[in-house]
Amino acid sequence: MSDTQWPLWEVFVQGNPGIPHKHVGSVHATDAEMAIQNARDVYTRRNEGISIWVVPANTITASSPEDQGAFFEPSNDKAYRHPTFYKIPDGVKYI
Amino acid sequence: MDIQQAKFEYLLRLGDSSLIIGHRLSEWCGHGPILEEDIALINIALDFVGNANSLLTYAAQVEGKNRTADDLAYLRNERDYRNLLLTELPNGDYACTLARQFLYDVYTFYLYEALKNSKDDTIAAIAVKSHKEITYHLRHTTEWIYRLGDGTAESHQRLQTAFNDIWMYVPDLFDMDAVDQLLINEGIAVDLDSIKNSWNKRVNEVILEATLLIPTTAIKQKGSREGKHSEHLGFLLAEMQCIARSYPGATW
Repeated sequence: MSDTQWPLWEVFVQGNPGIPHKHVGSVHATDAEMAIQNARDVYTRRNEGISIWVVPANTITASSPEDQGAFFEPSNDKAYRHPTFYKIPDGVKYI
Repeated sequence: MDIQQAKFEYLLRLGDSSLIIGHRLSEWCGHGPILEEDIALINIALDFVGNANSLLTYAAQVEGKNRTADDLAYLRNERDYRNLLLTELPNGDYACTLARQFLYDVYTFYLYEALKNSKDDTIAAIAVKSHKEITYHLRHTTEWIYRLGDGTAESHQRLQTAFNDIWMYVPDLFDMDAVDQLLINEGIAVDLDSIKNSWNKRVNEVILEATLLIPTTAIKQKGSREGKHSEHLGFLLAEMQCIARSYPGATW
């Protein structure tokens, strides 16, 4: 059976100034304005955000599960790439 | 009639309209055309009920007869209700609900904008809070008027019919009486003549942009200021007040 719902949009919400937009879920909508409004109504009713992005789900290109080994495992043994050797100043938030 | 009585009456008019349209919208809960729009519409319904709660709480306080907002909402009969006739009209199909909502949103957008300058501090404070909500309501309904009006032949026809059917209730929106006059002189109420042009302009622009025709009608319905309602309000109140009247004083 074909999907009779409206097109899917992925929703990203920014919780505070200066931090990245985070994926929170998806909504159905016929156009961008409706997607923004639906995202507002579904995902920000409890003071979750200050900014919303919506992206048509079919425009997102994703890696495939088969790529997991080739893509991500080589970084497992390269701890020196992690910035864990720095001290973070007390005043810095959201890292 | 002194200022206190006039203010009580005025607060009932504002509060009852919010309560009744909020209740009407809540009837869509679980029946919206799509999940997201169902949530959106019920959000809007909740805004109205919240606004009604503020206004009726203040009304009860102004009245000074030991009644609460709940008493006013659940224990008054049809003829004591002062909501605009437009707000009590049945939901019909989604086009009817949106046409009704759009006309009311444009109305409250300008009304509450003006009420922010009310010399009554409580009314002004409620207006500031509500106007932010209303700004969103209007944005939401306006988009739907464009979508349905300029959508398919069927959505276009349904929306046109919806506007045609409710157009006779427009005069009731701008009706004024001695209550208004007294409070306008005190700087508390809004002179509805002063927002009428803005309402006409915005409504006409959106209707035309949505490729619809501005309705005309020779029938002019009024009466909400005196509690004269359509046949629909009694049924709505029967449902809305049923629990509170069946179990007086019940709490949870």
